[in-house]
Amino acid sequence: MDRMPAWADVVLIPLISLVLAAILSALAILAIGESPAEAFYLMVDGALMRSSGWGYTLYYATNFIFTGLAVSVAFHAKLFNIGGEGQAALGSLGVALVCLYIPWPHWSLALLGSAVGAAAFGALWALIPAYLQAKRGSHIVITTIMFNFIAAALLNYLLVNVLRPVGAMEPASASFAAATHLPTFQSMFSSEGSTLFRGSPANISFFIALIACVFVWLLIWRSKLGYEIRSQGFSESGAKYAGISPSRIIIIAMLISGALSGMMGVNATQGAAERLILNSAEGAGFIGIAVALMGRNHPFGVLLASLLFGFLYQGGAELAMWTSIPRELIIVIQALVILFTGALDNMVRWPLESLFAGLRRRKEG
Amino acid sequence: MDLNTLLQVLDSTVRLGTPLLLMCLAGLFSERAGIVDIGLEGKALVAAFFSASIAYTTGLVWIGLLAGIAASMVLSMIHGIASITFRGNQLISGVALNFLASGLTVLIAQDWFGQGGRTPSLGDVRFPALTLPFADALRSVPVIGPIYYDLISGHSILVYVAFLCVPLTWWVLYRTRFGLRLRAVGENPAAVDTAGISVVRLRFSAIVIAGVLCGLAGSYLATALQAGFVKEMTAGRGYIALAALIFAKWRPWYALSATMLFGLLQAVALRYQNIDLGGVVIPVQFMNALPYILTIVILAGFVGAANPPRAGGDPYVKER
Repeated sequence: MDRMPAWADVVLIPLISLVLAAILSALAILAIGESPAEAFYLMVDGALMRSSGWGYTLYYATNFIFTGLAVSVAFHAKLFNIGGEGQAALGSLGVALVCLYIPWPHWSLALLGSAVGAAAFGALWALIPAYLQAKRGSHIVITTIMFNFIAAALLNYLLVNVLRPVGAMEPASASFAAATHLPTFQSMFSSEGSTLFRGSPANISFFIALIACVFVWLLIWRSKLGYEIRSQGFSESGAKYAGISPSRIIIIAMLISGALSGMMGVNATQGAAERLILNSAEGAGFIGIAVALMGRNHPFGVLLASLLFGFLYQGGAELAMWTSIPRELIIVIQALVILFTGALDNMVRWPLESLFAGLRRRKEG
Repeated sequence: MDLNTLLQVLDSTVRLGTPLLLMCLAGLFSERAGIVDIGLEGKALVAAFFSASIAYTTGLVWIGLLAGIAASMVLSMIHGIASITFRGNQLISGVALNFLASGLTVLIAQDWFGQGGRTPSLGDVRFPALTLPFADALRSVPVIGPIYYDLISGHSILVYVAFLCVPLTWWVLYRTRFGLRLRAVGENPAAVDTAGISVVRLRFSAIVIAGVLCGLAGSYLATALQAGFVKEMTAGRGYIALAALIFAKWRPWYALSATMLFGLLQAVALRYQNIDLGGVVIPVQFMNALPYILTIVILAGFVGAANPPRAGGDPYVKER
């Protein structure tokens, strides 16, 4: 039985949740003695009114698209992959190894190579939790959390003891060769007369992220594998009855999820930092959870939610620069979005459902 | 390694194991009642911040402790409302609470103290180290004296409270009617409901207990182990406690040994950095990751199966 029209489920509930999160965030800003309206204006001005602001917004959004898609693919199989952060870290390691140790003649080939490296390393990091869930029944949430910490320790070790150039103090790898540097939006869209996206890190990976959105849409809604993944997520016993092997789906879904998380490394490590640094994922793996929940696990929703969070990230940086509001405000907003769209979903849904049921009764009666 | 070094390592094991123990017991109560709690970290973090800041402003560490417990309780209640009342996803709620804590503490700390997300140093407004009776007199007795003086005596009161919580938890879970019902509600809530006992009330009381214990853990971090709050000061301890809970297979005495084992790992990593074992150097990062690796091994079922409470994570829907 449909309790609610589809548009209400897809559009209205996320919007109301977002408004609730925004109200609480505004109250938080008020409580620390700043004006929410002014803060919002500063965020819009810094993130959207200049092309360099857009350059940052789109750069962050690219990261979130990858991690958001990763979380949503796993969600479709009813798996909660909290390990995006670790998978992204390993993906960055894959990018770094490919860029450091293979002499690429041209960036386009390097991009291809690093994308494969990122996806392979990210998928590999998701494989062990996936295998343990599929074959031994170990809860994937716990194992992926543990793998985040193990990834952080591993990256820390590699950067301090192995990849750090001799004599350098900072735990970071050497800079990648110039031939591997990806075209930035500045070099792609600036003309003789005007410089666009000046100094911003947005790069060609954004388009790869868009392609990834289309790929995930085709995979989930237009392929046999996607049908199997969704069946598994809808009802494991039903899927099993239809001859779909649960452990196979768990492993494949997690491999795709890990590969997508890992791809974030192409944007952050090859596109922006141009070397491997400590904590290169910058928490984007976790934001993927908020993005997937807000985007209702649909690639288009993920894209919109990623743009929103890209805006929040860049706007938050502007706030931290011009006001006394620290960057951590964004973490609060992110927490509220996860809380309202994820955990308190029913708080918004139940009243709406009864509202629509009442409307329908009135129409019929 | 002489006795003195050994005692120092064990002493710091107790100090570092205590917050893990408190959080682990918090998780134990919650998960035994069928509510999965990833938010241990966040609850301890808000408790750490509010205990330190209220202790600093009032100059009274006990008031700080109460404030810490209250703050942790607020997060517990949000978790309860989300996962019990609105039958939301408990994992997602826990994740959200951890982020909420990590953002809010810095936001408020910056607003109140303006020191980049930390509280001013507490100085003397902390839980003092207690000297147990006869510790000074016995100190000169060989072996027993130093063990009693250095290892058993000389901790803050919260350490002794944490250790007393272990037999208390055991007694409550296995020797009281409340404990029996609590365990039943985590295994088969429908049966409890049929017996005419409120599932919702039982689960909420478990969550309240978890809130108090996480409050103690956070306050211990900020007002006993260290002298003030710093950004992200729980540093993943909530997740290690979660790992310890699995390691302990959701049982109180095993929780004590698991948390002390993980405390020992932290103490060794803190003291020795890279360990040289006859040519093979164990890097400090490996020691830091060891609790997580051990948990994966346990979860993989290579050392006996770890079966969580059966109804864990499922919201209870009363039959209609």
